[in-house]
Amino acid sequence: MNADEISSWIISIIVLTGSVLSLISAFGLIRLPDIYTRSHAATKASTLSVMCILIAAFLFFAVGEGLYSARILLGIVFVFITAPVGGHLISRAAYHTGVTLWDSSIQDQLKEKKRKQRPSSRS
Amino acid sequence: MTFQIMINLLMALIWMFMNDAWTFASFISGYAIGVAVLFFLRGFFPQRFYFGWIYSVVKLILIFLKELVLSAAEVVGQILQPKLKIKPGIFAMDIHLQRNWEVTVLSCLITLTPGTLVVDVSPDNKTLYIHAMHLPDTEAAKQDIRESFEKAIQEVSRT
Repeated sequence: MNADEISSWIISIIVLTGSVLSLISAFGLIRLPDIYTRSHAATKASTLSVMCILIAAFLFFAVGEGLYSARILLGIVFVFITAPVGGHLISRAAYHTGVTLWDSSIQDQLKEKKRKQRPSSRS
Repeated sequence: MTFQIMINLLMALIWMFMNDAWTFASFISGYAIGVAVLFFLRGFFPQRFYFGWIYSVVKLILIFLKELVLSAAEVVGQILQPKLKIKPGIFAMDIHLQRNWEVTVLSCLITLTPGTLVVDVSPDNKTLYIHAMHLPDTEAAKQDIRESFEKAIQEVSRT
């Protein structure tokens, strides 16, 4: 095997990993019971899968055509920074508009805090 | 930190003047000599030597990448189980970070790590409310976050 073949194997493995991960996180969106567990699936696995696919695209153009695209690297950094913030904001907005947790959730310490706060804010 | 980097750049510039060699290689060698000089003069600065800071930032990034891969593996494992065995829950965790950017970095890291998602930050920056996907043991989860991330962030912000 020469270098081109080896690099194309590595790139295809990375692309395959990324696409399988994003498929599984789509399954997670269907299977999981409430919005919080769903946003677990949506933020983590899909961040990693988008990163894998972008890295593979970068490597493909770098090895095959000698083209080092800085925009892809910037895209990786931006996805990395914005995905957790998006997940946090969606779940926070859901909590404060009163979306309840799944029935078999075992504890909720934020509710106790909100109950304590409410009388004090009224007085 | 910035002050030390500026001094180091200035030393590299002076080195280029002294050699009358305006090349990138001469800049690099001047910069390396500047690092050595700053290392021996580190006692005169109020902050620590800035390569320690760079080292801790790199360590934080590596921890982050490792935890991201682990978390994706764990979420995938939970999703693909034939029956859902997860026990989700929200727990409160006290943090000992002062500045706003430290709290932001910590909550971003927590959101991208195994089975945890920050739902709310208390207004006084003292408590994070974290939704965990599988929560058999709250104390262990807190301990885990504290060991891996909070220490690394404190290491970065130490002057």
